[in-house]
Amino acid sequence: MNLNELWFVLLGVLLAGYAILDGFDLGVGILHLFTRKDEERRILLNSIGPLWDGNEVWLVTFGGALFAAFPHAYATVFSGFYTAFMLLLLALILRAVSMEFRSKKESRAWRRLWDVLFGAGSGVAALLFGVAVGNSMRGMPIGADMEFKGGFLDLLHPYTVLVGLFVVSLFAMHGAIYLHLKTTGELQQRIQGWIRCSFWVFVALYALTTIYTLVDVPLATRNFGMMPLAWGVAAFNVLAIANIPRAIRRGRPVYAFVSSSATIAGLVLLLGIALFPELVHSTLTDGVSLDIYNAASSPKTLAIMAVIAAVGMPLVIVYTGVIYWVFRGKVELGKFSY
Amino acid sequence: MNVEILARAQFALTVMFHYLFPPLTIGLGGLLVLMEWRYLRTGDPLYESLTKFWTKIFALNFALGVATGIVMEFQFGTNWASYSRYVGDIFGSALAAEGIFAFFLESVFLGVMIFGWNKVSKRMHFFSTCMVALGAVLSSVWIIVANSWQQTPAGFVIRNGRAELTDFAAAVFNPSTVHRLVHVWIGAYILAAFFVMGVSAWYILKNRHVEAAKTSFRLALVMGLVASLLAPLSGDGHGRNVAQYQPAKMAAMEGHFVTGTGATPIYLFGFPDVKSQTVKGGVAIPGLLSFLVHRDFKTPVTGLDKFPRADWPPVALTFQTFHAMVALGLLFILLTVAALFWRWRGTLFEKRWLLWVFVLAVPLPYLANQLGWVAAEVGRQPWVVYGLLRTGDALSKSVTAGQVLGSIIMFGVIYALLFAVWLYILLDKIRQGPEPVNGGAQ
Repeated sequence: MNLNELWFVLLGVLLAGYAILDGFDLGVGILHLFTRKDEERRILLNSIGPLWDGNEVWLVTFGGALFAAFPHAYATVFSGFYTAFMLLLLALILRAVSMEFRSKKESRAWRRLWDVLFGAGSGVAALLFGVAVGNSMRGMPIGADMEFKGGFLDLLHPYTVLVGLFVVSLFAMHGAIYLHLKTTGELQQRIQGWIRCSFWVFVALYALTTIYTLVDVPLATRNFGMMPLAWGVAAFNVLAIANIPRAIRRGRPVYAFVSSSATIAGLVLLLGIALFPELVHSTLTDGVSLDIYNAASSPKTLAIMAVIAAVGMPLVIVYTGVIYWVFRGKVELGKFSY
Repeated sequence: MNVEILARAQFALTVMFHYLFPPLTIGLGGLLVLMEWRYLRTGDPLYESLTKFWTKIFALNFALGVATGIVMEFQFGTNWASYSRYVGDIFGSALAAEGIFAFFLESVFLGVMIFGWNKVSKRMHFFSTCMVALGAVLSSVWIIVANSWQQTPAGFVIRNGRAELTDFAAAVFNPSTVHRLVHVWIGAYILAAFFVMGVSAWYILKNRHVEAAKTSFRLALVMGLVASLLAPLSGDGHGRNVAQYQPAKMAAMEGHFVTGTGATPIYLFGFPDVKSQTVKGGVAIPGLLSFLVHRDFKTPVTGLDKFPRADWPPVALTFQTFHAMVALGLLFILLTVAALFWRWRGTLFEKRWLLWVFVLAVPLPYLANQLGWVAAEVGRQPWVVYGLLRTGDALSKSVTAGQVLGSIIMFGVIYALLFAVWLYILLDKIRQGPEPVNGGAQ
């Protein structure tokens, strides 16, 4: 494996880490809209309270790593998706400050305002991530000068919106399973209902997205011939999804959470297989696709960044593990909670 | 309106708003480590109450710093795509390193620091506080590396129309990194010290939480005094560095138009006028700029006349922001030395007027930090990478003025809202104050 391929894989790892970790806290944010009482909302918020910030760093680091390793892809995608990214930033800002502000006042109107912003911010962020994935599967109008040649509305194709909704349902389900682990009693009972409901919506959207992809997005499976392993990944994904209701029924929510995490990892892997070795596929006949070679930094930078990742990421994994261990178990509201 | 002006305005808005928060968390992080260390050693409930109180203030500011910081990470790609293509090798690496080494550290341990009081041992909690403080410092290291490389690029070669890395250590330790980093830290420590002193002075004046307030004030005074005294020393070194590597910026900071042959004076204040190439209504000390730059009173300092007109930074803005920062820095020395004097006399906390001055002085270091950055960044113009890439060539080619204007309006509205809510909650937390020690007595 050369350095360019290594960085393609590392970015995939960062993206999968982000989608698994922030996925459940975005999901909790979406589900926040369906709660009834103030205490329930606080339990939801505090289930992710100490964790969400570290989870979001996976996205920030993904952005930084893309900038360093494949600056042309970073520049093209972020300037091309300008309006979409501004909306995403707005959603992420509102979501973050809502958590911090919400419980600082007793007023019901105050809390309702931040509750709605928190839920909406989480939902819009998840939707936009899905739309971004949908666009990278379909390809984008990239000119020979590596610049995006479309507008905001070009990004909203039925397929990309479908993938957006698919990601919303995926994160909602993932978040519901996470909440099952963190709650007790009557609330947990209701969360079981949320899991059931989001699971079937997810399965339906998964089927729809798969069919649409196979019929209309040739890019998605072009590498499957070269990599028979891809079929294995797809099969593994189906098994992981099937295991979710089974694990819940048997009272093993940890397995269900592992399964939904594995589902997300599998989907990121499929995305990687579909794209490789490209990062951004151009749909223009006279355009140029950005791949891991023509979009890359110098070999020197890729090598140094690999050293930085090799030193830093094990540390990150250790202390992420520590904090998940410290805050394991059910949510207890106390003096220091949100 | 053209895209360049709009994109620059957006960058200024978002980075200046963002920079309301990190200096406090950098400086307060250090103070929290001190306070919690005392608590750990003595078990004194006063220090426990102080640590918990200032942690709440820290957490609120940290949350705003994170929320507004994510904009910065992506804005290079959205608004400055040509810049991103040009500097990805080096600037991108610094940002990625910041994520891996700093952001993970601070955000993960912040969870323990805020929510973990009853979950982990006191030692583990103290360790978490140290890691958060360290993370804040490391974060400043990498972002300053990135900014300093824009100012004084090193360790690269121009190949394929972009700056490619040749020497990582040279790029990281480029000529201005250390000077800038030290100065930024000093600015952050002054800001946090004045913040803590101002809040504490207010409690003393209102006769609330008096013991806690006096303890906080004394600790912060030491930090504020040391940092204020170090500021001009660091500023001197940084200034000579600017004179050597960015002489046009130095000339603009001092309103120095004509090099001449003899000693160069320094203007204490005045109004530089580009048309007549003079400083109007100013008071100058003969030969002082020559001394500060060359360490003798005779050698002339390079003036703006040595540079093509197209390479001049905006002179008046650079001059005024720089001078205002220096004046504020001198005021901080005056205030902290005065406080030290009366502390030594034992009557500091009876000087109500001085305590009021400290309450009112809280915004001043914020202003000084912002002014310093404006001088540094505007003084770098018209370059985005000094001497290599012009700001006008750094924009995103696929982004229109309308898009940028739309996002400026969006950020303007949201940030105004956030600012109001932040201030409201901050004042509310301050009004509540630290938990009383021994259940009741203040």
